[in-house]
Parts: sequence; C-alpha cells; structure tokens
Amino acid sequence: MTVTKVALPDAKGRFGKYGGMYVPETLVYPLQQLCEEYEAAKSDPKFQAELESLLRDYAGRPTPLYFARRLSERLGLKVYLKREDLCHTGAHKINNTLGQALLAKRMGKRRLIAETGAGQHGVATATAAALLGLECDIYMGEEDMKRQALNVFRMRLLGARVIPVCSGSRTLKDAINEAMRDWVTNVRNTHYVIGSVVGPHPYPMIVRDFQSVIGRETREQIIAIEGRLPDYVIACVGGGSNSIGIFYPFIPDEGVKLIGVEAAGKGIVTGMHAATLVAGTEGVLHGAYSFVLQDKHGQIRTTHSISAGLDYPGVGPEHAYLKATGRATYVAATDEEALDAFKLLAETEGILPALEPAHAIAYLVKLSHSLRSNDIVIVCLSGRGDKDVEVVMRALGMSEQTLQAD
Amino acid sequence: MSPLGVRWGEIKMRLRHHFEELRRSGDGGLIVFITGGDPTIEVTIKVVLELAYAGVDAIEIGIPFSDPLADGPVIQASSERALCSGTTIQALLSAVSEIREHTDIPLIFMSYFNPVLQYGLERFAMDCHDVGIDGVLITDLPPEEASEWIESARRHSIDTVFLLAPTSTDERVKMVAQVSDGFIYCVSRTGITGEREKLPEDLGELVKRIRHFTDKPIAVGFGVSSPEHVRSILTQTEADAVVVGSAVVRRMHEWLSSSSDAYVWSSLRQFASSLKEATLRVKPKAGEG
Repeated sequence: MTVTKVALPDAKGRFGKYGGMYVPETLVYPLQQLCEEYEAAKSDPKFQAELESLLRDYAGRPTPLYFARRLSERLGLKVYLKREDLCHTGAHKINNTLGQALLAKRMGKRRLIAETGAGQHGVATATAAALLGLECDIYMGEEDMKRQALNVFRMRLLGARVIPVCSGSRTLKDAINEAMRDWVTNVRNTHYVIGSVVGPHPYPMIVRDFQSVIGRETREQIIAIEGRLPDYVIACVGGGSNSIGIFYPFIPDEGVKLIGVEAAGKGIVTGMHAATLVAGTEGVLHGAYSFVLQDKHGQIRTTHSISAGLDYPGVGPEHAYLKATGRATYVAATDEEALDAFKLLAETEGILPALEPAHAIAYLVKLSHSLRSNDIVIVCLSGRGDKDVEVVMRALGMSEQTLQAD
Repeated sequence: MSPLGVRWGEIKMRLRHHFEELRRSGDGGLIVFITGGDPTIEVTIKVVLELAYAGVDAIEIGIPFSDPLADGPVIQASSERALCSGTTIQALLSAVSEIREHTDIPLIFMSYFNPVLQYGLERFAMDCHDVGIDGVLITDLPPEEASEWIESARRHSIDTVFLLAPTSTDERVKMVAQVSDGFIYCVSRTGITGEREKLPEDLGELVKRIRHFTDKPIAVGFGVSSPEHVRSILTQTEADAVVVGSAVVRRMHEWLSSSSDAYVWSSLRQFASSLKEATLRVKPKAGEG
C-alpha cells in the first residue's frame, strides 16, 4: 500500500482497507445521520467558532509546547513536550468531548453516554455534559473503577452516573460493548461520545478531526521556536486518539518520523500486553476492520497494561493504515519501562505524567541512544499523572520489596 | 418428512419451501434461537433434535463470540458458557453434520462477523453447505459491508439473512429486502436481545412498512418471550414467523442447573410445543384471504 494524497477516510469510511461500519442494522441509519450532521457542522462557521471559543476559554488551548531542558540534557537530544496534561480536566480527551457534545446538542440529543478506561474520557464527557446541560451516563469496567477510584468520584461530582460493567474482562473493551448496547437501545435521544479513534465510521474520523488540534498547534509552535520541523513525533497508542491527533497534521511532512508506543504490559512474549499493532492480527472489533488481539478462532483476547487507558485489544483503523503504508512505526513499552519513565519525568522536569504517555517517554529513552544532540523529538504528554499516583505507589512499593528480597 | 409434510429434497431451497408451505397452511412459523455449545456441544445437539421433534419450524444456532454487543445478559452469559466449554465453528459444523443424520429441519447459523472472518468467508460458506446449514445471519454485517460474503454464500447456496430495524429507512428496507434470502429478520425494537413484558406498540407499522416493499417471509425477533407474544405478533401483524431466543436459553439454563435430566427434556418439549401451538391457524390460508 502507498500513502494516498486523497483525504481519508473515503465515502465508505475506509482508510485503505481498514475502517468501515460493521454494526447491527439498528445503528446504520443513526451513523449515517451522524455523518451528515458532522459534515454540516464542519462547514458551519458558527459551530466552528463556538468550538474554538470553548477550546480557548474553557479548555485552556493552545497548550504549551515545552522544551524539557533537564530531560534533554540527560538524554542528549532536544525534547519538547506537548502539554496536553495542562488541558482542563487533565488530558487531551476534552478536545473531543467538547466537539461531540456540541454536535449532540446540534442533533437535538439531550443525553450523552460514554465508555471510559482510565476515567479521563469519562471525566471529560461528564464535564462537557455539565457545561452544556446534558444528561450523562458513563460505562466503566468494574476492574477499572477499582484502579481509578478518584476519577469515578470526579465523574459523580460532575453529575454523571457511573455504571459499573461486570461482563467479560471488566475493562475498556467491555465498557464499549455496554455503551453500544445502551446506544442501540436509546439511539433516538442519546449520543454516544466515543473517546478514541475506534468504532464504526464516522467515529474514527470525527475523533481524529477534533483531536488534530494538538498536531496543528504543535506544528506551528515548533516552527516558531526552532524554525524547522521535528525529526520525531512520539505518542502512546491505546485506541489511538492523542497519537492520531498529534500525527495527523504531520503526515504530509515526510521527513518527520511518527512513532506510536503501545503497552507491552508484562512483555510481549508473556501474552499479557495490549500491543495491538505490534502483536495483533487483522479483524473486526467494535464496528471497524483494523488490528485486533484475538485467538485463531476470532475471539477477542484479554489484555493487560498497568495503564487502564491503553488496556484495549483493538486500535483505530487509521493507525492500521499508517502502519500498512509505513508512514508511522509502532513499538511497545512494558509496565516496568513506563514506571521508570514516570519517575524520570517527575525527577528531571517536575511533571507527573499519566501512565499512558509514560509509555511514550519510555520509548524516547530507548530511542535517545541512537540520536544526535541536535535531533528534535516531540512527545505528546497526553495527560497528567495524578489519577495514577495510587497505582504507581503500589507498583513501586512492590518492586522495592522485591529488590529487598533479592 | 417434517411435521408439516414437506419433502426436503432440494437442500438449498429448504427455508423457502418451508415458508411457502406455512403460507399455504395458514400457520405462522416458529424459529428458535439457541447459543451453540451452551453449555456443551452435546447438549446443543440434543436441544436441536428435541426442538425439531416438538414441531419448531427452524432453528438458529448462535456461534458464540467474546463480545456480543447486540445481545442482552441472557445471551451474553450463554456465549460465555459456550466459549468456556471450548466451542468453535469447527465443533459446531461437526455438530450440524450429526444433527443432519436425524432431521431435515431448516438450520441457520447466527454469528458476529469476526469469528466468520477469521474462519474464512469462502471456507465458511462451503463448509456450511457441506454439513447442511441453510442460511447464515451475521449480526454486525449490514449489506453495505457484505458484498464479499454474499458472493461466497451464493456460490455455495447458503441463504443470507439480513436484519431490518425500527430505525431502517424506506430506502434501506428496499435494499435489505433485495439481498435477504430465506427470510427477513425484523428486529422488533431498538435495543438488544432479551425477554420483555410487552411487545412494542409500533411493531405492526414496522412490519407493514417492510411488507410494502417485499413479499419475502418476515420473521420478528427481539423480546418475543411467550406464547401470547407469538400469537399476537402472528395475528396482528403481517409477519410470517417469530424468533424466540432468550426465553428458551434462560429456561434451558435454569432447568439444566436445577433439575433431573428427564425433567429438563420434557420441560423443553412442553415449552417449545406451547410456542408452536400459538403459531397455528393464525392466518387465512393462501387463496382464502
């Protein structure tokens, strides 16, 4: 496959052979309506102005592109961090939820539903719902509710109902199943705010468009600061929304290498990971043809990552396309490497990253050995780490005990 | 010979012939859904045979999937049980071969797309035909994404059953009616599978809208839970048949977990017969209307 110059997805929602709309009949027409409404909103200056003003005055955009001086010195290259952690609610998720909530309002839907893994997308959806006066129900795996208790409470404070999902692996994948079941039932008055570039067309396109504000700002900022484009852009990939958001505006810049970092969990060889593009195969999950972690019978496998936001057996179809065309490269970092990176960023820069972008930092550390001091690398710091402090504490506590035992 | 006295000579026309015969007789059709391999393949074989003997008109065997997003809790749990016992497409194909030694009842596989995709569309259609499957319904494969599957299925004389729902526009009704073979599966309500107290009030309208565009058999499913539901759908709408799923799957699971073997099978026979009874003499016989 070669990179096409035509805007993707095509009319059938395909990025090359990936994507599409594999959904039960009940959802086909609502998705077609969503396509139409989104196209109308896209070319409506009033809608765009409203979104822009919310992103600026409410979410705090543009976010800084920060030169990480001490980290750069430590690694021997120029590292810039795109500070999505400074967005309102603490992660990039708000870029998408504000856009989709405005879209829902435009369609006359008075209720929002969403799935959430780490809780960031749930919080961002609950926030947008509160802001626009919409009802809000969030589906969250029981396992994730334990891992991210703080975010559960935040959502409730924002007036949302958090509905525990006890089926399957009780994580993000199952929360999406449950949200889909709700949507298929209440589709007439409810908009499903998917939080990543996954799901049936037009979701991968809508979420990408709303998130690509990250890359547009980054591209302008780096040119203003350095007078040139970066050599590398690195971002973590679960479903792939922050990564597609920062990659997308750089896709035509062929000299810029794009690297997505997935969760290798306890190691790819152990099978306990969530590295879909690195170790998965092609299949259909949640309405799109993409890469999937599955067994040979097409049953979806359970995944593992220390980071709830990356703990997902699928990945956005546009990433599958970028992998197939070679335009982006996908690698993976383990739980342990992510924890080390978490500490590294805390100690060198005074920033606690979320465990998700800690995976991107982890790969940056590996990559740094083969780079020169003038090379410019931008890492998307997609969220802040407050939500993960407890998980990190437990994980580090355990590894210290292990060290002592050794 | 089937209970209706239809000769099952031509395998590939089994569904169509059966529905034609039903229309001639003035009876409605009863299609029962069960999850294949719940809790084991052996039980599935026995259930299918019992249902056939009880006079059920066709059986949908669900291929279990790890992420059944169109299904309610009852079918979700049954899929988990089936996967726990190691149920695969291969195992279900062998089970159908075995079933075919005893009955000619029309059999339909119902699946989510990914297991079929991984098995291989062409191989799946061919193997279905070889063991005697009549039709296949893929829940999350609307006609827009199905051209390759439809080609394979046609090549091997497998009926491709598609769904219509309350949200389907007239344009879609026309299109689905064209590509759906055997029958059209009309989803009674926006939502997931599962038992319900009441039938939706606008069901008659929906079936009428579909009937306006096609003469093909229409089967109504989702939420059809009792003989009363069955009779009122068949007498009050233009549907040819009903599909009962969760009501049977839930009962079977309860009987199997708490009752003696003999009681399980007599209960199943009794329930299936009561559903079938509700489909009899619900329409004017063809030519009398």
